[in-house]
Amino acid sequence: MSPVPASVAITGIAGNLGRKLARILHGETRVVGFDRRPLRDRPKDVEHHQLDIRKARVEDVFRRGGIQAIVHLGLKHDPRDDAAEAHDFNVAGTQKLFDIAARHRVGKVVLLSSANVYGPAPGNPNFLPEETPLLGAARLPGYRDLIEVDMYAQSFMWQHPEIETVILRPVNIVGPTVRNAPSNYLRLERPISVLGFDPMIQVIHEEDVCRAIALALRPGVRGVYNVTGPGEVPLSAALRELGRETIPLPHFLVRSVVKRLFDARLSSYPPGEVDYIQYLCAVDGSRFVRDTGWTPRYSIRDTLRSVLNAR
Amino acid sequence: MAGIGEEIQERLRRWTLELGGPGTRERLEKLTPPRNEYGVDPYGFDVDFMQAAAAPVLWLYRKYFRVKAFGLENVPAEGPALIVGNHSGQLPFDAAMVEAACLVDKDPPRAVRALVDKWVPTLPFVSTLFARCGQIVGTPENCRRLLSAGEALLVFPEGTRGLNKPFSQRYQLQTFGLGFMRLALENDVPIIPVGVVGAEEQAPAILDIQPLARLLAFPHFPITLTGLPLPMPVRYRLWFGEPMRFTGRSDDEDAVLEAKVARVRDAVAGLLAHGLAEREHVFW
Repeated sequence: MSPVPASVAITGIAGNLGRKLARILHGETRVVGFDRRPLRDRPKDVEHHQLDIRKARVEDVFRRGGIQAIVHLGLKHDPRDDAAEAHDFNVAGTQKLFDIAARHRVGKVVLLSSANVYGPAPGNPNFLPEETPLLGAARLPGYRDLIEVDMYAQSFMWQHPEIETVILRPVNIVGPTVRNAPSNYLRLERPISVLGFDPMIQVIHEEDVCRAIALALRPGVRGVYNVTGPGEVPLSAALRELGRETIPLPHFLVRSVVKRLFDARLSSYPPGEVDYIQYLCAVDGSRFVRDTGWTPRYSIRDTLRSVLNAR
Repeated sequence: MAGIGEEIQERLRRWTLELGGPGTRERLEKLTPPRNEYGVDPYGFDVDFMQAAAAPVLWLYRKYFRVKAFGLENVPAEGPALIVGNHSGQLPFDAAMVEAACLVDKDPPRAVRALVDKWVPTLPFVSTLFARCGQIVGTPENCRRLLSAGEALLVFPEGTRGLNKPFSQRYQLQTFGLGFMRLALENDVPIIPVGVVGAEEQAPAILDIQPLARLLAFPHFPITLTGLPLPMPVRYRLWFGEPMRFTGRSDDEDAVLEAKVARVRDAVAGLLAHGLAEREHVFW
């Protein structure tokens, strides 16, 4: 395993991905967690601060010293959250956290962004490089916060050359514990599909993402990286792999149907997400591979099937 | 691909082999694009599916358009190449016929990838069919990536200007875009000109209803003699010319590029003129 800084702070540690990352890291480094939620099944050597990252007491933990790296996972992305509060939490929270990092000589900041910030579009090249403009919010307002945070981290990278800032943009994270839009979609018994459309999708297993974060913590790694999983698969083949029978809707109807279901709380699938099952939003992950030697451990099949073992 | 049963696919594949003539199976087995556990390459090209989908195209190739291909040896057997031709006929059967020629009349066969307009991915079924058959949206990033992987690309630099032009302009080449030349220079790739004779008469358009095209977000909305853009059984003749090599900077000014593009355009025009002189009749 790669050398990891001697102590790592993880925001959003009580989330499914946060807990998994903590379990992977705590054996080899001191892990300090921040989350508003309590941390269930906490390993004994993980220190947890049940705090909103906007609170002044967060800085006090850093004042005591010793934290060498931050992994920032603590962003809210539930489409049913209050948008104004989520925006403040995500954007102001990130700025406060990064300011603390600069003041207390934290050498490394890793932000978990997403490959979905580029946004699906019919004219997209098959593999989007990191330089692609972040247009994901054009039709899905839910990505505005994430894009703003991603852009803020990019400017932070320029303002603080002394800090190794890493922005990771992984493809759709799926796995037994994550509860994001792509995993929830793959878990539907009868998912909606767009009639006649079958884009290539990319997935990455939650454990592979945690291993990618661990790689990003390695000294010397800095920059913006797409993180790809084991490969590309047609959406229809992915759904067939999971034994799903889709409800195909014509493209001119699907959005209004999904919106009505969402508004009536009959489904948790936000209407803007339809673009992701209609058009391409796949990325080129070769830069991360070249700079860190990244290889995912899970095959496409195992990654897809992992959503079936939901815990 | 979902929606087409295994049995139908198998039947179509048998039809492909039959239409392809003796030795087709052995030749098609030489096609070995990269494929993952789901049978596709990273772009979604599924060679098995393509061999099934090729059957109706081959029927058109052999029985309907009765295509004659000349100079196929000019298409390199391997390595990157840009095949550049004239575009016409309202619906892109010319692309399908050039690809079919490289698939069944060339040994070893080449799975040529046509570059499609970026409105194609907005079309249901067509978008999926094209992607599984190896067609790619012609963004510069896609082209660069495919050329560096040694693929042969089919480009129609006239785009929909040529495809949907009225019958009165048949065999008059429209303005060529410059993008293909920048790609050829940047990647040091040979250009193989091709003159497609026949397609220009397959669906004579008399009108282009622009307001309707705008309404449907189509590039054009042609009205042909028959009302529909379906092709008549013209005879196709494909004339592949000798590979052309260009040197220079890919980021030169448009004027410099235009001069080079004009040479390719002239080559295509020359192949067309030769093809037209050789042919005795539109339909046979």
